[in-house]
Amino acid sequence: MGVDYEGKKIGMWMFLFTELLFFGGMFLLYSVFRYRFPLDFHAAAAHENVWLGSVNTFILLTSSFAIALAISAMRKGRSRLSASLQLATIGMGIAFLCIKSVEWATKIQLGLYPNSPVLLQKGPGEVLFFGLYYVMTGIHGLHVLIGICVIAFMVVLTRRKKITRQNPIKLENTGLYWHFVDIVWIYLFPLFYLIT
Amino acid sequence: MRKADTQIPAGSYATYAVVWLALVALLGATIAVAKMHLLVRYSVLAPLAIASAKAGLVLIYFMHLRYEGWFLKSMLLVTVATLTAFIALTFVDVWYR
Repeated sequence: MGVDYEGKKIGMWMFLFTELLFFGGMFLLYSVFRYRFPLDFHAAAAHENVWLGSVNTFILLTSSFAIALAISAMRKGRSRLSASLQLATIGMGIAFLCIKSVEWATKIQLGLYPNSPVLLQKGPGEVLFFGLYYVMTGIHGLHVLIGICVIAFMVVLTRRKKITRQNPIKLENTGLYWHFVDIVWIYLFPLFYLIT
Repeated sequence: MRKADTQIPAGSYATYAVVWLALVALLGATIAVAKMHLLVRYSVLAPLAIASAKAGLVLIYFMHLRYEGWFLKSMLLVTVATLTAFIALTFVDVWYR
């Protein structure tokens, strides 16, 4: 067993609490502006592709499932299976970012990006909606990217036997981070795609 | 609380599969609810309630909160309560300004 298993886990949770408050501030900003400009938010949300958003939600939920299985496999001593499931999680993370970039590209082609001439002609609420959209999904996407890099590192550690059945804490903490990123998306999806 | 340096039990694959199916079902439900165009009052509440159910499943099962002791659970509670207080106080200002 690794040194101070409990301490390392609590440390990770405390980091996630700071992340919760960090994203919470942005959710608060979204709520206030939505309350102030309900019609503009309604009009702006019509540009969102619900189908792509739903597929991305499905991908992220499934990736959370995969990393949970990877940790369970490791705890059962099946490190090769664990490494494969970690790679599957990375694959789904990359798929999520690819779909996200298609969505961003489509919006930018339509001229819907911060400070664009098209957007500046719209109402103040629509400008705020797209500002929040790019900041929140962008920072979330950055978290997904960081998660992919950390899981890739975990695959290397698993193959080098640095993560083992007796010492799985690095992989478990990576799993906690990935699940948190999933939870953030679980809230972003209805706020930007469904509530119109 | 569990003793320090005591690992949580390894989760069963079947439990995770059931949780994943429940998450996908809730995703389907939230899309269906959005297409139904409920009253404005519920159009915000219903998706957020479903999102919270999904987040709860991820927290309890995938993040193993069900195996954690009171210490970690109360830390989470304090964090969520702090965020709720921020949101509530801000909205008091927004509503009564």
